[in-house]
Amino acid sequence: MTDAPRRTALDATHRALGATMTDFAGWDMPLRYGSERDEHVAVRTRAGLFDLSHMGEITVTGPQAADLLDFALVGNIGGVKTGRARYTMICNAEGGILDDLIVYRLADQEYMVVANASNAQVVLDALTARGSGFDAEVRDDRDAYALLAVQGPESPGILKKLTDADLDGLKYYAGLPGTVAGVEALIARTGYTGEDGFELFVRPADAVALWEALTEAGKDVGLVPCGLSCRDTLRLEAGMPLYGHELTTATTPFDAGLGRVVKFEKTANNGDFVGRAALEVAAERAEAAPPRKLVGLIAQGRRVPRAGYPVVSADGTVIGEVTSGAPSPTLGKPIAIAYVDAAYATPGTEGVHVDIRGSHEPYEVIALPFYKRQK
Amino acid sequence: MSNPQQLRYSKEHEWLSAAEEGVSTVGITEHAANALGDVVYVQLPEVGSTVTAGESCGELESTKSVSDLYAPVHGEIVEINEDVVSDPSLVNSAPFEGGWLFKVKISDEPAELLSADEYAAFITG
Repeated sequence: MTDAPRRTALDATHRALGATMTDFAGWDMPLRYGSERDEHVAVRTRAGLFDLSHMGEITVTGPQAADLLDFALVGNIGGVKTGRARYTMICNAEGGILDDLIVYRLADQEYMVVANASNAQVVLDALTARGSGFDAEVRDDRDAYALLAVQGPESPGILKKLTDADLDGLKYYAGLPGTVAGVEALIARTGYTGEDGFELFVRPADAVALWEALTEAGKDVGLVPCGLSCRDTLRLEAGMPLYGHELTTATTPFDAGLGRVVKFEKTANNGDFVGRAALEVAAERAEAAPPRKLVGLIAQGRRVPRAGYPVVSADGTVIGEVTSGAPSPTLGKPIAIAYVDAAYATPGTEGVHVDIRGSHEPYEVIALPFYKRQK
Repeated sequence: MSNPQQLRYSKEHEWLSAAEEGVSTVGITEHAANALGDVVYVQLPEVGSTVTAGESCGELESTKSVSDLYAPVHGEIVEINEDVVSDPSLVNSAPFEGGWLFKVKISDEPAELLSADEYAAFITG
C-alpha cells in the first residue's frame, strides 16, 4: 500500500503540541511530544493523555450477536454482562492468533469489538465471514469513533471533574455510556499501561473539545500528552503482549502463556468455535511438553535488547528470541520479553544471555510482569 | 533549532569543532538527538584507538532504536566524555555542549564536511 497515512481527528492538536509523528499501521500517530521517558514517568506517577484513534472498532448487533462472537472468538462472550468488557482473542482454524481484542458488551444484543489498527481489516473480514449463518450484523465502525485514553493514578480525579458518571462504581474492565465535558462518550475502565485509567470512545467531531477539556482538568495534577513510544514501554513493564511481537499467527494463546482466554467449556453453538480442535491439541502440548515459554528478562548491563535478538546459553547455544525490549524507566535497566526454551524459563535460571549485536550480555530471568501497581 | 556557526558537520549528523593543536571535539547534532529520542546508552571508542572517517566507532541507544556513531574524520581518540557515559541524557539536553562525545587528534579529514548553513539545508532536504 502506498496510500498516505491516515490522520486522526486530533492531528492538528498533536502538531500544535510539537509532537514527533510516526507512521503506525497506516496511521500518522504521535510517537512522543517531548521526552518519552518523562511521559512514561508521568503515567506511572500522575497521569497521561493518549490519542488512540487508530484502534479499530467493530460493532456486532442482533439477536445472535453473542452466539456469533462465541463462534468467532476463543472467549465466552455470551457470559459477559452488559456494561462489562473482556480481553479475548480471535484465532484461525490452526489455533494461530489473528489478533487480541477487547470486547465490550454495550447492551444485551450489542457488542463493540476493539481490534489493533494493524489487524482491524483482518478481524472485520473474519467476523463478517464467520457471522454469515447468524442473525446478527457486523458493522465497520472504525470511522465512527475517536479514542482518547487517560491513564495513571490521577486519572479518576481528572475525569470526575468532567463527568457525573459513577466512576467509583465503574470497575476495571467495565464500560458505561456517559457524558464527559459535555461530550457523549463510552467511558471504559481499561488501558494498556499497567495503571488505573480510562478509555473514552467519542465521535471524531468531539475529540478536540474532549482533549482540551481533559488537558485543562489535568493541568494542576501534572497530566501530560503521551505518545505511542511510552505506551510501548508502559505495556512492556506491565508484561502485556503486543500483536506482531509476542502474539502472531504462528503462536497459539497457550504458547503465549495466555491459555486462560480460551474457554472450551462455553455452551453456545454446542461449544464449537473457530480453532477449537487445534487449540485442544495446543493446550495439551503446553501442559505436557511446552517447547518455549514467555518470560521476562532484566539486563545486568546497559545495552538494550531489541525484538529479534537471540537469547543464548552460557556456551552460546540459541535458546530463545527476544520479542520486545526497551530501557525500562521504572527499573532503570533494559528489559525484554522473550520466548525461551522451557528448560531455561524458570525464574532465576543461571547463564541466560542476550546476543546484542555479537556481544553476549547476561540477563536475569523473571516471571512477568516487571511492574505491578500497588492497589 | 540552530546549529552553531563555528562547527562543521557530517552527513551522518556529527558535529566537529575547529581544531586546536590538531584536536577537535565531536558530538551529534541536536537534529540527530531529537530524531533518536531519549538516549539511554552510549558506547564510545577507546582512548588511543584509531577511527576512520565515515566508519562506525561506537553506538547510541535510545528507547526505540540503536544507531551507529560515525567518525567524521580520520584520527586518534585522545579523550572521551565520561560524563555522557554515566549520564547519556546529556546528548539530548545539551548536544552541542555537555553532551559532546569524544576528542580526536585529526590525521586527515574528508572533503565533504558541511558548514552550519549547508547542514541546515541538508537536513531540511
